Amino acid sequence: MSDAIKVPTMAEYMAQGKQPEVLFWVGCAGSFDDRAKKITKAFVKLLNNAGVDFAVLGTEESCTGDPAKRAGNEFLFQMQAMGNIEVLNSYEVKKIVTACPHCFNTIKNEYPELGGNYEVVHHTQFLKSLLSEGRLKVEGGKFKGKRITFHDPCYLGRANGEYEAPRELLQKLEVELVEMKRCKSRGLCCGAGGAQMFKEPEEGKKDVNIERTEEAIETKPDIIAAGCPFCNTMLTDGVKGKDKEGDIAVMDVAEMIATAEDF
Amino acid sequence: MQYIPNILFLIALVVGVGFFTMNIRKVIRNIKLGHGVDTSDHKAERWGNVFRIALGQSKMVVRPIPGLLHIVVYVGFIIINIEVMEIVIDGIFGTHRIFSFLGPVYDFLIASFEILALLVLVGVILFWTRRNVQKLKRFWAREMTEWPKNDGNFILYFEMILMVLFLTMNAADLQLQQMGAAHYTQAGSFPVSSFIAPLFENFSEATLIIIERTAWWLHILGILIFLNYLYWSKHLHIMLAFPNVYFGKVVPKGKFKNLEAVTNEVKLMMDPNADPFAAPAEGAEAPAKFGASDVMDLNQIQLLNAYTCTECGRCTSECPANITGKKLSPRKIMMDTRDRLEEVGKNITKNGEFKPDGKQLLGDYILHEELWACTTCNACVEACPVSIDPLSIIMDMRQYLVMEQSAAPMELNGAMTNIENNGAPWPYNQMDRLNWKNEA
Repeated sequence: MSDAIKVPTMAEYMAQGKQPEVLFWVGCAGSFDDRAKKITKAFVKLLNNAGVDFAVLGTEESCTGDPAKRAGNEFLFQMQAMGNIEVLNSYEVKKIVTACPHCFNTIKNEYPELGGNYEVVHHTQFLKSLLSEGRLKVEGGKFKGKRITFHDPCYLGRANGEYEAPRELLQKLEVELVEMKRCKSRGLCCGAGGAQMFKEPEEGKKDVNIERTEEAIETKPDIIAAGCPFCNTMLTDGVKGKDKEGDIAVMDVAEMIATAEDF
Repeated sequence: MQYIPNILFLIALVVGVGFFTMNIRKVIRNIKLGHGVDTSDHKAERWGNVFRIALGQSKMVVRPIPGLLHIVVYVGFIIINIEVMEIVIDGIFGTHRIFSFLGPVYDFLIASFEILALLVLVGVILFWTRRNVQKLKRFWAREMTEWPKNDGNFILYFEMILMVLFLTMNAADLQLQQMGAAHYTQAGSFPVSSFIAPLFENFSEATLIIIERTAWWLHILGILIFLNYLYWSKHLHIMLAFPNVYFGKVVPKGKFKNLEAVTNEVKLMMDPNADPFAAPAEGAEAPAKFGASDVMDLNQIQLLNAYTCTECGRCTSECPANITGKKLSPRKIMMDTRDRLEEVGKNITKNGEFKPDGKQLLGDYILHEELWACTTCNACVEACPVSIDPLSIIMDMRQYLVMEQSAAPMELNGAMTNIENNGAPWPYNQMDRLNWKNEA
């Protein structure tokens, strides 16, 4: 399938004197992490299928600076931000979609003061709008009737108040959506935020991702749905830690739609 | 001689209110040790928050049981204060039930006070049970020993005693009214204390007057003492919750502030025309300190947050780090900030200005280990019923650790070096960023 995907870059668009309707910000995880790359490709398939005129920055993209900022390195964050803003502004980017809630939050909330003003949407929000515009069709397919629990990414949910877009997409798949004990505004973090992804946890009784995975398992799901590459990694590790990888899959909402539609 | 009670009352009132005012001035002085923040934005939203979150208690009821109990006590507290107005006027002028000319309205008011007093009493007893019998986990955490633990109970005892005194006073008054005692005019309706009054049935008029006067005096003196107790207690939230909610965060929770001092430096670095060897301009300010290591480095809202915190622990009970047994507790961050601020304040009161005491918030109160356990998930901020933001303090202290002391955990230094060198937290070449496109 991979040879079938079309991923134009901003530079190519520029060379043709064209402007895409949206820039897909892939993010570091989406570019380099083996698991997250699958999410990236699934999302691209959906974009291709819906005929969305998009482009990526490719090798001109760099870390948004989110982990640096949350680790306390404001200096490095702003260096990254200004560099990215320079690139984005030189391409006159107006709208950005990303599958990473951390990139989403940083570009949407923290770039404007530094000179980067764009309309930024999370990929679940973007897919929802494709559905409502009729550009993308989603039907039950493979996941019809399956028990799915959705894990709210902190930087999409609490940080930016978006709880419904991913759930509406899941409902379109005609799944049986079951909520965890802690969900939406009271959802428990997967344990990766605030640069925790890149360090060992402090001493404690348990790892956060195990606690969260146990809550997810309590709902007896067939699939744990996620909307963030870092949550995905943490929960996948958690499921493995609980020896449940044979029974429970951890999937991004975009991957589920792409799989259901056999793209 | 007949004016002695009035004079004593006036003295008690002036001393009680005066002493409290003096301490509140200290609170304000201490809060002003922090940086100023521009809060002239989002006025409508801020007032909306005050009505919804503070007055309307919208976040309290996220947990229905303590939320409803709290509303009972809160409404009782506000409404019964109307009665305190009458008590103060009576005390100054030597009158008795000055508002009784209101007739049926007065009956209605007194009846509501009584019912609320009973509900408050029940509510407070249930609160006490939750703390001491049910032993809810959040009231028995590491930071909830000694003073914080006793403080929580003292407040409940105060409120129990005040309500009992209020009802006893009314019961004795009712009995005196029924006996036709001089000075005790028939006024008020007593749906609760009429059940206590029979206890006083065979008491003489003189005894009843002693009971009524004693309860009256102890009740108002108790209120004045309680008012002054607030300064030493977590209970300041009954006043500070309102301004605190007004000044609470009104932008998306995920938006962390960008440090302006850093922006200037970064712009300078990226400006090809800037002279890197230029001497600082004449009279230029010393370079700003990045982040916070002590309370003076925080802003005024963060310090107001610390005084407002009533140590309910909802933040801590939602914190993923705390839930999984790490040392971090957002409530402790707030308590430490207040304790250190009080210490700095005492130092200033004693020396006229702050004399370095060899201590600071970071390290002496808040440990590095606590700061590094935070996932910045905002659960604590979401949970706080009065819009306190412990996360902002954690972030400011991380900034100090990283930018002033280069004291980040080793693995994080690795990730940051990668970001600096190749634009990703992992050691992959930026030129390989699009390789996924061609991978199977």
